[in-house]
Formats: sequence, structure tokens, C-alpha cells
Amino acid sequence: MIHSLFLVNSSGDIFLEKHWKSVVSRSVCDYFFEAQERATEPENVPPVIPTPHHYLISVLRHRIYFVAVIQSEVPPLFVIEFLHRVVDTFQDYFGVCTEAAIKDNVVVVYELLEEMLDNGFPLATESNILKELIKPPTILRTMVNTITGSTNVGEQLPTGQLSVVPWRRTGVKYTNNEAYFDVVEEIDVIIDKSGSTITAEIQGVIDACVKLTGMPDLTLSFMNPRLLDDVSFHPCVRFKRWEAERILSFIPPDGNFRLLSYHVSSQNLVAIPVYVKHNITFREGSSQGRFDLTLGPKQTMGKGVEAVLVSSQLPRGVLNANLSASQGTYTFDPVTKMLTWDVGKINPQKLPSLKGSMSLQAGASKPDENPSINIQFKIQQMAISGLKVNRLDMYGEKYKPFKGIKYMTKAGKFQDNKLNQKEDHRDIHCEGTMQEQSWPLSPWTGCVFRRSFVKMCRMEGEVFLSGFTVTTR
Amino acid sequence: MTDSKYFTTTKKGEIFELKAELNSDKKEKKKEAVKKVIASMTVGKDVSALFPDVVNCMQTDNLELKKLVYLYLMNYAKSQPDMAIMAVNTFVKDCEDPNPLIRALAVRTMGCIRVDKITEYLCEPLRKCLKDEDPYVRKTAAVCVAKLHDINAQLVEDQGFLDTLKDLISDSNPMVVANAVAALSEIAESHPNSNLLDLNPQSINKLLTALNECTEWGQIFILDCLANYTPRDDRESQSICERVTPRLSHANSAVVLSAVKVLMKFMEMLPKDLDYYGTLLKKLAPPLVTLLSAEPELQYVALRNINLIVQKRPEILKHEMKVFFVKYNDPIYVKLEKLDIMIRLASQANIAQVLAELKEYATEVDVDFVRKAVRAIGRCAIKVEQSAERCVSTLLDLIQTKVNYVVQEAIVVIKDIFRKYPNKYESVIATLCENLDSLDEPEARAAMIWIVGEYAERIDNADELLESFLEGFHDESTQVQLQLLTAIVKLFLKKPTETQELVQQVLSLATQDSDNPDLRDRGYIYWRLLSTDPVAAKEVVLAEKPLISEETDLIEPTLLEELICHIGTLASVYHKPPSAFVEGSRGVQHKRIPIRSGSGESSESQDTGGAPGATEAPAAIIPSQGDLLGDLLNLDLTPPTSTAGAPPGPPMPMGGMDLLGGGLDSLMGDESEPYSPQMPRGADTPQSLRFSHSSPSSPDYSPTELAPGPALQLGGDIGGSPSMGSGFGAPAAVMPSSLNAPVGGGLGDLFDLGGGVGMPMGTFVPPKTLWLPAMKGKGLEIMGTFARRAGVIQMEMTLTNKAMSVMTDFAIQFNRNSFGLAPAGPLQVPTPLSPNQTIDVSLPLNNGGPVMKMEPLNNLQVAVKNNIDVFYFSCQYPISMLFVEDGKMDRQVFLATWKDIPNENEAQFQINDCHLNSDAASNKLQGSNVFTIAKRTVEGQDMLYQSMKLTNGICVLTELRVQTGSPTYTVSLKCRAAEVSQCVFQCYEAALKN
Repeated sequence: MIHSLFLVNSSGDIFLEKHWKSVVSRSVCDYFFEAQERATEPENVPPVIPTPHHYLISVLRHRIYFVAVIQSEVPPLFVIEFLHRVVDTFQDYFGVCTEAAIKDNVVVVYELLEEMLDNGFPLATESNILKELIKPPTILRTMVNTITGSTNVGEQLPTGQLSVVPWRRTGVKYTNNEAYFDVVEEIDVIIDKSGSTITAEIQGVIDACVKLTGMPDLTLSFMNPRLLDDVSFHPCVRFKRWEAERILSFIPPDGNFRLLSYHVSSQNLVAIPVYVKHNITFREGSSQGRFDLTLGPKQTMGKGVEAVLVSSQLPRGVLNANLSASQGTYTFDPVTKMLTWDVGKINPQKLPSLKGSMSLQAGASKPDENPSINIQFKIQQMAISGLKVNRLDMYGEKYKPFKGIKYMTKAGKFQDNKLNQKEDHRDIHCEGTMQEQSWPLSPWTGCVFRRSFVKMCRMEGEVFLSGFTVTTR
Repeated sequence: MTDSKYFTTTKKGEIFELKAELNSDKKEKKKEAVKKVIASMTVGKDVSALFPDVVNCMQTDNLELKKLVYLYLMNYAKSQPDMAIMAVNTFVKDCEDPNPLIRALAVRTMGCIRVDKITEYLCEPLRKCLKDEDPYVRKTAAVCVAKLHDINAQLVEDQGFLDTLKDLISDSNPMVVANAVAALSEIAESHPNSNLLDLNPQSINKLLTALNECTEWGQIFILDCLANYTPRDDRESQSICERVTPRLSHANSAVVLSAVKVLMKFMEMLPKDLDYYGTLLKKLAPPLVTLLSAEPELQYVALRNINLIVQKRPEILKHEMKVFFVKYNDPIYVKLEKLDIMIRLASQANIAQVLAELKEYATEVDVDFVRKAVRAIGRCAIKVEQSAERCVSTLLDLIQTKVNYVVQEAIVVIKDIFRKYPNKYESVIATLCENLDSLDEPEARAAMIWIVGEYAERIDNADELLESFLEGFHDESTQVQLQLLTAIVKLFLKKPTETQELVQQVLSLATQDSDNPDLRDRGYIYWRLLSTDPVAAKEVVLAEKPLISEETDLIEPTLLEELICHIGTLASVYHKPPSAFVEGSRGVQHKRIPIRSGSGESSESQDTGGAPGATEAPAAIIPSQGDLLGDLLNLDLTPPTSTAGAPPGPPMPMGGMDLLGGGLDSLMGDESEPYSPQMPRGADTPQSLRFSHSSPSSPDYSPTELAPGPALQLGGDIGGSPSMGSGFGAPAAVMPSSLNAPVGGGLGDLFDLGGGVGMPMGTFVPPKTLWLPAMKGKGLEIMGTFARRAGVIQMEMTLTNKAMSVMTDFAIQFNRNSFGLAPAGPLQVPTPLSPNQTIDVSLPLNNGGPVMKMEPLNNLQVAVKNNIDVFYFSCQYPISMLFVEDGKMDRQVFLATWKDIPNENEAQFQINDCHLNSDAASNKLQGSNVFTIAKRTVEGQDMLYQSMKLTNGICVLTELRVQTGSPTYTVSLKCRAAEVSQCVFQCYEAALKN
């Protein structure tokens, strides 16, 4: 099983090590550093590296490499999943997962790692259980601890570990009972030069934040469950019920968790909401190139396309770009050759464009590569797959909870890949974000947007489910 | 206020200050001090000097302080074993604590203190905890058994913890079950031949129940364990599949992949016409696709596994081509893997899309990726015939880009396309020739030269082109030199008048000015051929080449089968069998028997390991036959049973198993006849040559093996083009049989020229014995023997068809055996064997196969398949076959080793009725690679000291006593692996009496 863990920062220093079995010398990481040197980009370090006596399995998160050392035949996915869990736990505990945060909380980190793995076997990885064992540091608690001499370590047996619902602790109590569900969809598209879609897929998740007293038993039903034919569930979901009735029935963990993730293949896709017209050319023998890019909305059902951000990696030969944008601002980094254009909102009446010339290195030949264009955007109140929650019911407890659903679609690697040579223009590689909100089933006021979403996309709408009333205590 | 304060140092000695604080009366100060100590420890500072002071803080009610001290203990107990004993009492006390959390914590920490002295104190508390009323404690204790086993395996066995652990599999709590399974799996890894995880339908049922309720990690352990089980029938197999399928929807990708493994394996057992089979196939696709939207690291592992799955069952993902399209921002390792899978999935239906993508990739920035994309276009052309034309035109477009590495790569693949579709696309040669000057990589140069040579008659200035290459002949790499030699000879045979000078030049360059033996040998062969019989030369060099197959890059079916059983493991990531991970992995060593060792040093450790191996060998025979059967499944046989990689140990409840076992047992019983003298020599060379000529797809021989090497290369092909694998290096397929004799003769001469490089004379070869009587072989009779020729072990067989119908499709497999013997290539039976026809075949063997100790040691179980059935027999090979040519020991080393080997390893034998004098005996033995190191004559007795070395590195030392005038010899044998003595003695006897 997992022998040791080394945390390596971007400058190649090992700043934390943890051994679950005998101590493995940190010189084993030299093999990792070698691979790191060979890789052109930090993310190109291969995830599995063999060394004479060990195997190193690493993930890169938040610019920290988490390098696990194993000695025997262990499923690599098991290790990678575990490392992800470590990262998630750190983030959960410290808000961010950075070198500074880890160093600031080194004792807690060590205690956590000790609880998560025993002799290389995972022990407690559910954040609920961990939080019972080791309380997350807060400013208040640190102060209290300093004054009273109490500690972060919980005094109780983590009861959840023994019950049939190991993901939920017993005796949960809230004054405000609330359950929020966020439907977040990411869309990945590759479009070719003619504008037709090569691949498109939607990756969706339903993240939940459930703060309910006692042992609530929830059921969540969808308007169109047929969309969900490729799903991964949180262990709490009763799979049999889903198979038979297409209803999600579960006793939720306490707090934040990912209820399910799903994958919708291209057949079910609606049209891509943004189009790009582009013309990027270099002439043989000239040190100038032309750049022309226009964006426009497409089939957005009346919803505005917002927070549009275009970025493109120009060929290495490009020295500088002299462009003018009809709206928004653009930047060109001459070192990384990255062109970024912050467009903002697309006005269908006046389409945004970016035009101008690029200067090339004198004497350099015409660049071979095709710059690809990434587009990020978001669309309010629109769910790309059309997934809609029908209703949420609660059994097993008497109180009436406060419930909300948010939908949002964001771009994954919406990609528009394009070739710069006359006829060969091919792919536009655009990265977009679309958000949708499903209409409320009944009017609902007073909801608070509690969570902001990843990166550039935030969901602004929420849906209130029928059959419940809002209770504020 | 954060923990970073613990890192601040003061000017005074830090350790000194901490010591003072640790001994402070104030609880709070103590705790702060321990925290500081832990912080120093985490960053790798040595704070072991504080051991006694920290341990003193252990007896406390404060849980956090206790935990911190435990952390410290785990880290430093090893370096301070005497001090660690101080902690024992506290542990024992904590194990009785009313709070189960503390009990569990104590038992957990105890196991992490890797000090031998402490372990015995821990047995009692551990036993109590294993039976604790609280499942949390039980589950922690289960893992502790695995820890203890790691420290002191014997102790765990003696104390009966393993049985307790097995009982925990039936525990009522799913977490306890999962941990018990995990612990047992880990123990089983280091425990050869144990039947720790002996699964029966009842325990399977328990596991399946626990599977639904335990944590995700537990599910992985249970699924991996399930994958080792072999269901009794297809019903059971289906019901397991049904209960495992829900795991495919798990959020944890490791669970998903482990579930895929179980399903892929058990699906084999389901009848293909079953509705459920189709349903299952459909269910497998979505989770695999989902894995590809995860983080890149997960994607990589998933892709490596999908690569295997696609080869095994292409139908699962055939409609999912698009998900493998490369994304702009994928890391390079993901891109390369996706490319590989795209080619595997390419078919007539989707080739247009794939080609469009590949062409796009070929203009990307990353050089490695671009190269692979260009290669992929070539592979598409070879795989999908209808697309060949488009591929060629795409490649031509790419050549027009003039990007250096793209051009070179394109030329390499176009060469392959020529091989696949001869006389179809030669019109592009002109374009290729334009780029001649830009080629600077050996592979591309070699490819271009091959093209020029192959189509010399159509290229007007072929001689000029080749001449230009010849100028820098000595600076070229071997690959290019060999190719140039062959190409010029081809050119000469096609246009003899204009190129005589050129061919003279290249032959003299190759034979006189080169010190590369491969090149020289090839040069001599051509020279001799051209000077003795130009017509024959023409037929050999310009012979029609076998077409390369589209699937040369596929993983070999046996290996694939094994890898499918290891989905989700490192083996599947590296596409190597787990046995290839020798180093650092205890997990696979159990598959190797003690006898396998590389050096004298490791053979010493063998001796200790040898004892259990020897006693357990008989028990291991039965499952090994299961493996044999499993391996044979790869030959497309019908019985759907377990596949390779089933754990050794469980008595196989498989259908047809008993029958087979019985058959083999009786066969082995028959095998009593030892080898007796005389095997006609001299027939060797032609025989092995004929064999290699008639093998259209025999694998590449390493060029240093003199005998088959040049013969194979005679066809004048590019040897070993990596992209095309074995097919390319293969010899002329349709060799007119009349040619055999002259070629053979010519080669014989050449070998004489080589002077001593040829085969050592006098290798003892036992005569052929009857291995498979026609009665048992449904008309197929096999006689056979083994020989060592030019350092290669050959299995020589005479196949006779005594049935009424034609036999075809021969194939052979070996069961695991003591020395890892395995066929080095497929069994080559040239023609369909018609009734009453007899044929001699010779199969080269290597030592790369899986190892398992057999009884007797030199026993080899063989399965031969033909179109009628599969036949099993076992035979014994003379161990002299394994004596390597460099077995001669230095005198000093001999003496030292002789003394070094304990006397109990010495064995003495008598050989009667032998009428040779000592010199003759020494010569005779030398032929079998038994080397005489010294001779001593004492009181009319000649003492010969001899050494030999087996292929796996075991050295055997002997003392041979020859009493002048007496027909009785005495042999004293000394060897670290004493079990080989008997076999070696048999060899002595056979060789001397020969």
C-alpha cells in the first residue's frame, strides 16, 4: 500500500514528508525531479514513475506535487484517488491548499495524514469523520485553545465510522435546516475551421450542501432523468432505487458533498451558444501577419453571453501583436506568446471584434503551428443539457427544511482550434461557460446565494422546489 | 497564530531548550513542546535525542498529547529500540481502556513500532483486540496483523493470527470484512503458495454483501480479491457480475476500474448468446468514457487500461471514437495514449474522421506528439485498406510542409505502406527522393535506402543515390550500413552491368573495413552467394517478402490475457506482466521459485527460502495446471475457465479440471525412461536453417546469434523496424525448397570461415523419446528431445500424423517450469501435416517464462494444439541444456566457493561401467559446458574439479574421482541450491556414457 508521501513545491523543494511504514529516504524523489526536469511543462510530469525499488505516483494540484511512494503492486488509481482526497481535505480544512497554508498548520496536517492512512490502508477519508476527530482550525478556536489549553483533537469516537451510514454522524443539530443543490455543467467542445462540431460533451455534477437535523432521508426526482445514463453516485445513493425508478434516494452526509456526477454525450447536445469568425494569416517572406477575430452569440434562447474571455497561444515566431478591440481589453505577453482578450458581454447588435497585425521575427519562416483559441463565457439561466430537478422530498424527520437548487453551466475545455494557413483553417478551440437557471416552480424570495462557483462562472438563479415552505427559525 | 511558530529557532541549542520544556510541570508547556518536536520531525530534522523525554509525556489523559507522542514514537522507535520498550506498558494499558477510540489508537500505534523486541509483548493485546466487541477496534486490529506480519511473519503464524484474520472475513461489520481482506491480500503477497484467501461460494457471498456497505477503499480491496476467484459455472459468474455492476457507477475511479476488471474477467465465462452478456457489454462503455473526463493523472491510468480493454474487446468502445480525440490542453502523456487508442479503434466507418484529426495533430507544436501522429497515419493505412490511398496523400501533403522531423517520420511510415501494398503507390517515390538530403535520422535514412534498393529498377539514378550514401559509410549507424549493403546488392542483382564497381566497394567496406560482426557476416554471406550462384542469390535476396500485418503492434494474446486480469494495477500501466516487476516488489516474488537467482549472493538467500518451496511444490502442481489451461485459452479454445494469473493455492473447482489433472498425472507417471546415448550430430545446421527459412513470422533473432541471424536477414529487409515489429524482420516467406541445400551449404562454409565462432562441438543430446503417443494425441505422435546449439536451447520434435485427416494450426505452450523455459517463438509447422507425413521441427526456447518449481526439477509440461484438439504431455529435459558457455570459474573463486557452500549441500553419486580415462571424460563434459578447472592425481586417483553455471545463474561445483582401471566414477556435487544435484548427476551419467 502507500508507503510515504512527499510534498514538493514548484521550485523543487520537499517541504513535507510523511511515512506510514518504514522511512523511505527522500533521495527517492530524485527520480521525480529528473522526470520533472525532462517535462517541458509542469503538468507534463508523468503520473507514474518507476524507480529501482519504488514507484512514485504523483498528482499536481495548486502548484504542489503530491508524490506518493509505493513499493508493491498497488492500483495506481487507488493512490491517485487518495491523493486527491488529501488535497480536498486540506482545502476543506484550511480554505486553500498552498505551501504556506500547509506549513502554517503542519501539526494538523500531520494529524490528518495519520488519521487518513494506517499502514498504507485508508482509514478515515470522509471529511465528516475527520472533522470529528480533528477539528479544523479557526481563528476563534485557536484563540480559545491558547487560553484554555484545549486542543483540536476530538474526544469522541467517530461514531459515523461504525454505523451503517458511515458518511453521516449522528446527533446532528441545526437551528436552520437547509438543503441546497447546485447543478453545475461543464461543456467541452472542439469545433473545426468550418464551424462544425467535432466533439462535444457535457460533464455535469450535482453538488449539495445539506444542513439538516437528525437522520433525514431525501429523495430527489428529475423532470427528465433519461438524460442521466452515465452517472457516478456518492456512496449514499441507493443504487437499486435509481435503477428501478430513476429517483435519487439517500441519507445525505452532513455538509458539503458531491451527490452525483454525470456525463452527457454529444447526441443530446444543444447547439454551441457562441460562434467565432477568425482569420489569422502569415505571408511567406513577410514579417507581418494579420489577425482578425469576431465573436457572436448563437442560439442562446434569448440569454446573454457574458464574461467572455478569449485566449490564444500565438506561434513562437510572433514578436508582438498590434491589435484593436471593438470592446473590452486585450493583452499580449511576448514571453509566453499568450494573447488574452477580455470581452465582457456580447451585444448581439454590435458584435465584438479584435483586429490588427502581428509582427514576426525578422527572417523567420512562416510559423507551422495553428494557434488554437480558447473561449470562456457564461450564460445565465440556461442549462446546456436541459436537466431539471422535479422535486425534493424528505422523510424520517418532522421539521420542514429550507431548500434551493441552482443550475449552472460552465465551460470545461471549450476549444476552438484553428489553423493559420489559408485553406487549412481548422479548429477553433473554445472554452466556454454557460449557465442556466431553470425557472422556479413557485415564486420564492429571500434566498441567499451562498456559494460562488469555479473560476469565471457564477450561477445567479435558483429554483425553489414545490411541496415545501421556507422555514426560518 | 499558526503552527509556523513551531519552526522558529532560538539561538541557544534548540534540542536543549525543548528538553527543558518537555520536562516542565505545566501540561500546556509540555504539549507545546511536543508540538514543536513533531514540527521539527516533519521537516526531517533529527530530534531522536529527545526520545526519553517525549516518551515520558505518554501517560496522559490528554488525547491530543497522546496522539502526538504516538506519532513521535512511530518515527523514532526503530532507532531507539531499548527506549521503546519503556512504552510497552502504556500500550498494554491503553489496550484495556474503556474508550474504544483509545484501544484502537493503541493497537494501531503498536503495530507501527517496528522493533522486534517489542512485538512479542504485543501479541496478547492484539489477540484481545481482534476479538473486541467494538468493530472499530477489530478493524484496526486486522490491519495491525498485516503490520506485524511485515515485521515478523513467523510470529504471526505461530500465534495463529492468520486464522483469526480469516475468521474476520465472516464478521458482521462490512468495514471489518474489508480490512481483513486488505490485510490478508497484503500478507498473501509475501506468502507464496499460501491459501490465505481461499475463497468459496460462502465467503464470496459474504464479500459481495460487504461490498455494498463498506467504504470506497474497502470496495477496492474486496473487488481486487474477487477478481482472483474462479466461479464454478456461468450461473455463479453471472450472479457475481450482477452484484458487481452497480460499482461501475461509483464516484471513485479506482472502484470503477476494479469493477471493470472483475467484469472483464468473469465475462469470459458467460455464454456469448446470453442476453445478459450483451447488456453487460453495453454497461461497460459509459463508465470508461466517464473516467476520461477526470483529472489528467486518472485519465492516463484509465487510458492505459482502456488500451488493453480495446484490444481484448473492441466492441465495447467502438462507437466512442470521439472521446479519444486529443484536446488542445491535454498533458503530453495523455495525448500520446489517446493517439494509440484512436488507431486501435480506427475502422472503415470512422477512418475519415480519424485521418482528419491525425492530419491536424501532425501540425501541432510538440515534436514527440507530431511524430507519433505521423506514424499513426501510416498505421491507419496498414490497418484499414480502404483508407490507404488517403493516408498516402495525407503523408505526401505532410512531406510538402518540409518540416524536417515530419518528413523523416513520413518516409519511415511510407516504407511500411510499401511493404503492405506492394506495387501500388510507387508513384510517390519521386517526391520522396526530393527530400533525400534533409534526412539525418538513421531510421529515416535506412527507410529511404530500403525504398531505393527495393525499387531500384524504377529509379533511374538509383546507383547515384546509393553511391552518395556510401561516401560516408563508416559514419552511418549500423542500421543504415546494413540497409545500404542490402540495397546495393539488390541494385546489383537488378542492374548487374552498371553497378559492379559499387557492389565491390560496399562488400569490401562491409567485410574488410568494418568491425561490426553483423555487418561483416551479412557482407560475407552476400559475397559468397554472389560468387557461387548468382541465380540463387537473386532468388534469396529478391524473394517476395511476406506482407506485414496490420496488427503487429498488438500485445501478444497470452500477455494480454494476463494483463486483463491485472486491470487497474501497475502491470496494466506498464503493459508488462507483474513478474517483470522483480525489483522492489515483494508482490511478485512469490511467483518465482527459490531456484531462480541472478548471482551467487542471492542464491545464498535461496537456500533459506528453498525449504518451504520444496515442501510445498507438490501441492502447487494442481493449480498450475489451471494456469496451463488458462494460457491455452489464448489459443481460442472453448472452455471458458480461469485465465492466467489465478492465484496459486486454491484448489480449483473448475469444470474439466479433474479430468485434465488425471491425464497429466498419468502422463507424468509414464515418463520414467531416462535419456540414453547417441544422437546423430551434423544434421543440426541444415535442420535449424530449414526451420528458420520456412517461418514466415518467426520473431526477430538477435543479430548476435550467428546461426539463424544472417539467414533470417537474407531477404534483405529492414531488420527490426520498430514500428512494424517482427513482421518486418522476417525472412523471405516463399523460399523455393530447392534452394535450401545450396544456401545451407554456403552458410556452412561461411561458418568455417568464421573459425570457432560457430557452435561448440559435442553437446550431448539425448535421443528422441516418445512424448505423445498417437493413441493419446488423436493420431498425432510426437517424439522429441532437447539440445543446446550455439547457446540456444532447442526443443526438437518429430511430429507424425497417424490420423486420417490433415492437421493444421499447430501451436505450443509450456506450463510454468523450474527454469522459466518458454518458446522463443511460435511453433512453426510449415505445411498442413497430411496423413502419414512426418515432419521435424525445432523450437528455440528461452528462459523468459514464468517460473514455478516442478517435481522433478527438470519436468516440463507441454500443451500442443492443432485443429483437432489440445494435447498435454510432460517430458524431462537434460539439465545440461541449461549449462551456459561462460560457466568456467576462476580457480580461486572455485576454491572459495567450494569452502563457502555448507557440507550439507554436498551430494555424492557413483557412476558405474564407465570406461573412459579422465582426460576423455573431461573433454566429453566440456562439450556440455562442464568446464574442468583443475586436475590432481593422488594415489592413482584422478580428481577433476569442474564447474558449470545454469542459465539462471546457479553455479554447480563438482569433484569427479576417476580410479585408474576401475569403471566406477565418484561424483561429489556442491551447489547452493541443492535440489539441482540429482539432475546434474543424471547429466554426468548420460554424457559420460554417451
